Amino acid sequence: MTLNEIKEITEAEVLTNNSDMNIQIDRGCSSDLMSDVLAFSRPGSLLITGLTNETVVRSSEFANMKAILFVRGKKPNTKTIALAEEKKIPILATKLSMFEACGRLYIKGLGSDN
Amino acid sequence: MPDVVREGVFFLKGKDFDNAGAASSEIKAVLEQMGVDRSIIRRAAIASFEAEMNVIIYTPAGILRYKIAPDYINVVFDDVGPGIEDVDLAMKEGYSTAPDFIRDMGFGSGMGLPNIKKNADELKISSQPGVGTNLEFIIHIKKINEAPGNS
Amino acid sequence: MKLQEIVDSLSLEVKTPSSDLTKEVTGGYVSDLLSDVIANSKEGHVWVTLQTHQNIVAVAALRELSGIILVNNKIPEPETLKKAEEEGIPIMVTSLPAFEIVGRLYALGLRCR
Repeated sequence: MTLNEIKEITEAEVLTNNSDMNIQIDRGCSSDLMSDVLAFSRPGSLLITGLTNETVVRSSEFANMKAILFVRGKKPNTKTIALAEEKKIPILATKLSMFEACGRLYIKGLGSDN
Repeated sequence: MPDVVREGVFFLKGKDFDNAGAASSEIKAVLEQMGVDRSIIRRAAIASFEAEMNVIIYTPAGILRYKIAPDYINVVFDDVGPGIEDVDLAMKEGYSTAPDFIRDMGFGSGMGLPNIKKNADELKISSQPGVGTNLEFIIHIKKINEAPGNS
Repeated sequence: MKLQEIVDSLSLEVKTPSSDLTKEVTGGYVSDLLSDVIANSKEGHVWVTLQTHQNIVAVAALRELSGIILVNNKIPEPETLKKAEEEGIPIMVTSLPAFEIVGRLYALGLRCR
């Protein structure tokens, strides 16, 4: 599905400027622990997390995540958003819980890292 | 031993989470500029990042030194932290000595050292409790493109 | 729905033999941040996480969660299992990643409310 569809399904807002909302993302990976994302994720996924520090963007860069969706109404600070823009990683944020966000995306067809 | 092509050094400050990962990010950028294979860049970046995070989470300070030659990447971490009591135990997935507040920051699930080992071709760790730790990893790479005019 | 139904339909491995799987599950919660689970989970939720430290049992007992599902084949620490048996908190393991298992729980009708 496209990043735009992900945004619609999770009622999210886009926090980064000039993000390409038409990129295709086929898999979701949800975690609040970055080492595990690095160990288990497959490149090209959507990272779904409630952790908003800068390390999330760095981890996403190393794990080759295509975009990040922050859940639970959490938002990163401007420095983190700037870093994501620099690394060309779109950031979305939703008020939904991680459970609800993942659930909705799953039943609409977003795959997993399995 | 082939000539070193690129090298660098970074100071890593303990608990400086704002800049955590910046050093590894630069190494990744250098590898990308050099045209190294993508899967090798991923392995090097992850291994470097995990080691960098360990220094920042557990120690007051450390130094990262990297050397990139045509056929290998070598990264060395030296810190003045508490050291690792039992390296074999620390290498077990899920084993963690992280204090609780670290877990709540999203770290400390015990995957760091195993992740480094998984991604590196060679890994050497020596540690003296109370003094510090030295961690070195090497990743072999296929010959990368030389600049025009060099042969 | 009861915990047993979830165990059966999602092929979860139960690591605590003395567990009461007839517990009614009120919904699902997924998070690896303990403070977040303490703040936002609800009684009866089944908790999906990759944390294996014994703290997870204390959190589950505090919030009266119906059970904990560990993902990616995570192995619970021996201390964690011991505490879980003492507190009556079922610990289950799946080989699936969090996104997948949450998706399936959602497909079964569980919500996070």
